[in-house]
Amino acid sequence: MNFMKQDLRQKLAILSDAAKYDASCASSGSVRRDSSDGKGLGSNEGTGICHAYAPDGRCISLLKILMTNFCIYDCAYCVNRVSSNVERARFSVEEVVTLTLEFYRRNYIEGLFLSSGIIRSPDATMADMVRIARTLRHEHGFRGYIHLKTIPDAAPELIEEAGLLADRLSINVELPTDDSVRAYAPEKDPAQIRRAMAGVRVKQLERSEKSHTGRLPARFAPAGQSTQMIVGADGASDSAILGNATRLYSSYRLKRVYYSAFSPIPDSSSALPLISPPLQREHRLYQADWLLRFYGFGVEEITGVSRDGNLDLEIDPKLAWALAHRELFPVDVNLAEREMLLRVPGFGTKTVGRILATRAHRWLRYDDLRRMGAQMKKARAFVTLTDWTPGALTDSAGLRARFAPPPEQLSLF
Amino acid sequence: MRSVILPVMGTNAAWRNAARDLAARGVPPEDVLWQFGEGGSDLFAAGQAAPPGPDAPGAPALRVPRAFVALAGEVTCHSDPERFALLYAMLWRLQKRPGLLSDRGDAQVDRLEAMAKSVRRDMHKMKAFVRFRDIGGADGQEPGARRAFAAWFEPEHNIVEATAPFFAKRFGDMDWTILTPKECARFDREGLHFSPGAARPPLPEDATEELWTTYFRNIFNPARLKVKAMQSEMPRKYWKNMPETAAIPEMIAGAEARVRGMQAAAPSLPPLRAERILERNRTAPGAQADAADRDGPLQTRPVTWPALDKGLAGCRRCPLHADATQVVPGRGPRDAALMIVGEQPGDHEDLTGQPFVGPAGQLLDRAAREAGLDRNAAFITNAVKHFKFAPRGKRRIHQRPDNTEVMACKWWLDVERELLRPRLILALGATAARALTGNGDAILARRGRVERTADGTPVLLTVHPSYLLRRSDAATIEADMAAFVDDLRHAARLLAA
Repeated sequence: MNFMKQDLRQKLAILSDAAKYDASCASSGSVRRDSSDGKGLGSNEGTGICHAYAPDGRCISLLKILMTNFCIYDCAYCVNRVSSNVERARFSVEEVVTLTLEFYRRNYIEGLFLSSGIIRSPDATMADMVRIARTLRHEHGFRGYIHLKTIPDAAPELIEEAGLLADRLSINVELPTDDSVRAYAPEKDPAQIRRAMAGVRVKQLERSEKSHTGRLPARFAPAGQSTQMIVGADGASDSAILGNATRLYSSYRLKRVYYSAFSPIPDSSSALPLISPPLQREHRLYQADWLLRFYGFGVEEITGVSRDGNLDLEIDPKLAWALAHRELFPVDVNLAEREMLLRVPGFGTKTVGRILATRAHRWLRYDDLRRMGAQMKKARAFVTLTDWTPGALTDSAGLRARFAPPPEQLSLF
Repeated sequence: MRSVILPVMGTNAAWRNAARDLAARGVPPEDVLWQFGEGGSDLFAAGQAAPPGPDAPGAPALRVPRAFVALAGEVTCHSDPERFALLYAMLWRLQKRPGLLSDRGDAQVDRLEAMAKSVRRDMHKMKAFVRFRDIGGADGQEPGARRAFAAWFEPEHNIVEATAPFFAKRFGDMDWTILTPKECARFDREGLHFSPGAARPPLPEDATEELWTTYFRNIFNPARLKVKAMQSEMPRKYWKNMPETAAIPEMIAGAEARVRGMQAAAPSLPPLRAERILERNRTAPGAQADAADRDGPLQTRPVTWPALDKGLAGCRRCPLHADATQVVPGRGPRDAALMIVGEQPGDHEDLTGQPFVGPAGQLLDRAAREAGLDRNAAFITNAVKHFKFAPRGKRRIHQRPDNTEVMACKWWLDVERELLRPRLILALGATAARALTGNGDAILARRGRVERTADGTPVLLTVHPSYLLRRSDAATIEADMAAFVDDLRHAARLLAA
């Protein structure tokens, strides 16, 4: 290993390659701030910005890197596990700071997402990460976005400082069930991961209360906390995955649960044979996650329509639910309540908002809905309008076949 | 026919002035010809001498909904030559139908909204895809000197003026210039300056672009090729001014081979250091040594406090451990004369791992102070040690533990009692009463009574403080609280006796 001879470009190549398996690149939801005082660099408008897209279709918003990919843990799914032979590298504090600032000044990024392999000890690793964030914020007046991956076993003081410097903290639950975590990440303790998330939540609560002088203290991780679950590495069903997500959202007010299709890694472990990443399954899980958070669906409603507790890969989960509950359709778009409109396949939250606003003016017709952004190809079987009724379509036996893609030959890639 | 020529810079303000003036004079949309550019900032050309001034006397004040002002601000940036006329026609219609903008079935509203959306998207893409190059400035020379950057960008609409403040706020400590074919913006210590569009300038090479492209190549996951998704968010028209996009064809072409290579490679032998590090992990204090304790119900009954703590931490006697964050053990002096037993931890107790720290705990504190009962001298615990809840969106709804769960956890409560040997137990609510006395009858009929555990320890029964929190009847809340304080006074008297 010619570790000493690596230049900055080589380190960046290794340590960004090692970071790509973390799905999150969000830069949204934080407090507004800017550098119009001329004394620092950066701003945050609350909404995220994707500065580029890679050919994997993913947004590149942040400089997402590992501080080091040396790691003393041996998680079977991870490219950086101690038993892997991938090339190792380590950034100095100055290198991360310089890359972040120089990329930011050229408008390549919204900020930094810093993660790390565990070196020496969890505390030592977390302390180095906090030092990078502190240098950016305090020495360089950096007001861009910082997301720090939190090491669950690190000391509470370190996590506290991390939360005061960063916009977002995240701790990955890694796999959908505790048993899988124990099997594939032997050094990780799922209970400790949950306690760490609870700790972040408690700090947020403490810092949202006004002091006796009536002032609000500095916000703790104002963009909240998030987590990631790897999908398809273990045998967990979608129902187990979404059940866990529901628990995490309700318990720790997570901003996001990311689902990451288990994806081939260089020098993989014999414990977890490589598969093609289940991208369609990942996509359906995100759709289901949205139904849970913004459409008033319960987790049992979504997973209850399939026999094995897994989502239908061919059609989206809302459509699957509607096909299984045809007795509730067609819905009269001119009269139905918001809750029911949200359950119509092809209607998004924005469309429903427009429908409700427009109903105050006129009776809605088929073409109006198309203008409002509804996907009428999906919705038409489930709605009636002034000039439209689906007739026997709603209950027709061939309805599902109209939406499911034609069978195609499976390919390995 | 009146002709209005709007300037390239300050377009929106000029349109507003002109539109306000025309409307006040009652000029209908079909009588106005809107033009853009042709230099000059004079609003009324070709003999339209009327200066934009206060509304004509007697004319009704022009009122528009706030949403229209925002909509016009965006639509005036659009490149469609009809934009000004469309907006003025809408302004005219709004005088009769002020709520018109919320009618998304109206074709004109729809068209304007679509134009505004296109402008917003272009602005967003400008914020995202402008790429600055370092053009020198005072790099590291005198302190406080500003570095200088420049970019060439080709927007679809006339959005430079509207988007420049974003860059000014973001890059407050550097000088920058954004040149576009439509309009240019420059920022320095004095602030923002705008000038007419320019031709593409020769900008100096910037070595950081190579680092950025290195990052772009390596953050890409070749196993997830989704070229269409990339192109819909990053349309090709922007590519020529983004250095990293030159790498895209090669990244796509090589992706499949890279993935096949990973799949074909046989697992390698771990490096030598791996075994040494893994051995150290296994023997590290506290690491995985407790795995046996963690994984199953403790078979032997703990007879010391440390054994109790350890046993509780790994409890799997009932399914409640699976969804809770952590076990919430009892807390307080381990020689306390008074033991207080509640039902189960709540949301806050589950997050912190400590009993009675949430709203019910705070109410208990208040009542105890009023009753002269020293809560800190008591050992306080719950009949069930894990939080039972049902997730509801962003909240967890408390669920009453069932008899099986109460009985499974009674095992721990009994150990706590045996280790503590309190002189008096205060049972808060029916669940605690059942776990302690074996009798689960309604609590309201029994409150204030002293019953006994199987081994004869006196148990004073009262309600759970969360019962008081749930009572919304203002008329009885004071009486309820007073009765609760009375019960606590009763406990204090029993202890003093």
